[in-house]
Amino acid sequence: MKLPRSLEAFADRSQVFDLVNPAVRSPKLDVSHGTILYLEDITVSFDGFRALNDLTLYVAPGELRCIIGANGAGKTTMMDVITGKTRPDSGTAFFGQSIDLLRLSEPEIAQAGIGRKFQKPTVFPEHTVFENLELAMAGDRRAWKMLCARLTSEQHDRIDEVLALIGLAAQRQAPAGSLSHGQKQWLEIGMLLMQRPALLLVDEPVAGMTPQETERTAELLVSLAGQHTVVVVEHDMDFVRSIARTVTVLHEGSVLAEGNMADVQADPRVVEVYLGEPA
Amino acid sequence: MSDRSLVSRLMQHDLGSRIFIGVLLLVGLGMPLAHLLLPESSFLHPSTYTLSLVGKYMTYALLAISIDLIWGYCGILSLGHTAFFALGGYAMGMYLMRQIGTRGVYGDPVLPDFMVFLSWESLPWYWQGMDMFWFAMLMVLLVPGLLALVFGWLAFRSRVAGVYFSIITQALTFALMLAFFRNEMGFGGNNGLTDFKDILGYDLQATGTRIGLFMVTALALGLGYLACRWIVGSRFGRVVTAIRDGEGRARFIGYRVEHYKLWLFVFSGVLAGIAGALYVPQVGIINPGEFAPLNAIEAVVWVVVGGRGTLYGAVLGAVLVNYMKTYFTVAWPEAWLYALGTLFVVVTLFLPRGVVGLLEKLRRQKA
Repeated sequence: MKLPRSLEAFADRSQVFDLVNPAVRSPKLDVSHGTILYLEDITVSFDGFRALNDLTLYVAPGELRCIIGANGAGKTTMMDVITGKTRPDSGTAFFGQSIDLLRLSEPEIAQAGIGRKFQKPTVFPEHTVFENLELAMAGDRRAWKMLCARLTSEQHDRIDEVLALIGLAAQRQAPAGSLSHGQKQWLEIGMLLMQRPALLLVDEPVAGMTPQETERTAELLVSLAGQHTVVVVEHDMDFVRSIARTVTVLHEGSVLAEGNMADVQADPRVVEVYLGEPA
Repeated sequence: MSDRSLVSRLMQHDLGSRIFIGVLLLVGLGMPLAHLLLPESSFLHPSTYTLSLVGKYMTYALLAISIDLIWGYCGILSLGHTAFFALGGYAMGMYLMRQIGTRGVYGDPVLPDFMVFLSWESLPWYWQGMDMFWFAMLMVLLVPGLLALVFGWLAFRSRVAGVYFSIITQALTFALMLAFFRNEMGFGGNNGLTDFKDILGYDLQATGTRIGLFMVTALALGLGYLACRWIVGSRFGRVVTAIRDGEGRARFIGYRVEHYKLWLFVFSGVLAGIAGALYVPQVGIINPGEFAPLNAIEAVVWVVVGGRGTLYGAVLGAVLVNYMKTYFTVAWPEAWLYALGTLFVVVTLFLPRGVVGLLEKLRRQKA
């Protein structure tokens, strides 16, 4: 019989009880071992369907990693596990050496430095571009502090800086709902940047974009790598080819292949399950 | 920062708010002055009846603002806001009951008439201290506030939202209505609390007291309005609107959505409680009928008619619909509910942003 998670932890005597351990609320991100994200043996099943099956994946700091895979390969579920939306049945997920993602809530994970861009652009349509960035700004999030919160000049500068980076300086006072699809995607990336995340998860950034917008997005993501670690999930192979250094192919919930684009494309298993036609 | 600059900053680029505060000042000061100074034969002389009617409208307007604050700005549709209104009203009613003293029918110095009638020996514990004005006023704030806190905490923590939240708020007010109908609850059952004599030693029927209550209500409406305006204009307000437009997104950015919703809901509940407390001395009675779910829905209709998400629209809606109600229930009582239903349908179909939205459209066309 499978014990509930809490009982299992109680029965596991390889470590002291959790309550004896000092609670580490917001440990600092520690990447001294050259890895920012550890996913080990993660399994998630929904009603018997294994969305993730012993998935193991490591990402190095400053990397620009592309994750590809057919529909249902587990890309979105993996993002959900990292951001705390879905709890895995087994496995471990660490952010740096010391931050256990499985113990933190969604907002705590966001504050620890993981930002996620959703597939559909979800900006706040009634707020202006500027206000959208202001809302996303890193800082104290407690309700009563917000009643009297005012922008400092550094915060103002930071917003201007991000506005320039995402190329929306001219639209700063426009309501976000009036932006084009591509502009909304950039605004959303800008909102992620306001939180100064160490790790950026980007879900299908160029879906529905014009070729020009796609090109701009590629430039933007490449310029972010280095300072931030960027993980991109994408279907558009041309786009992946234009930005990727390391590509991970997911298939049926686990990693099928990993390496640079040329190696992965040459891998016969990958050709069989995903790429289909020779690229 | 002086008060004056804060108020003027709140009014910046907000014509509707400026008009509202102007009209409120005119009504709040002008009507009492006209009542006192003009001869009774004058066309402009407002009667005592008119004064208490307008006073009643203003408490409704405050209730409408409290609903608009959570619904218009945070998307939380409460169909049970009259529960907070009625609880504030009951707290005030209990104070007024204790002031009757030996002037009741049974002449008991401590027990209200209905308790003597039920042959109760002593005052229940929750009636203790309600003879003190400050304590009763504290309860006006605390009881609705605590109910909103507990109820909101349970609901928002479990992420109950949308129509489900509306339904359970409706159930809440209905349950409270049934409870308050029971004589054993100790709130006068069916008849509620009435036959009030005086407040803080002033005779409730006296013109001076009526004018005082009228002005206090106008002040409460003005301050409540400014407080809401301040909240929605702050970054807290922008977070709240962001939660309305994309709750999941706001959570991912790192806002504790439940806390924001909860504090806004509590503030809104307290505001509704204050409205109820001001309502009771002006109409002279509070009974379980105030908890009726229909009343709560009617209050939501005020906001719809006026224009959701503007605050001053809610005030306009409350006054318009209640003026219609006053007119219909005198001139053509059986038609009132049909008129209300028609109004709701017409506004939903043709004025999605309410009367305020229509006025703004006309203004833009002219410009």
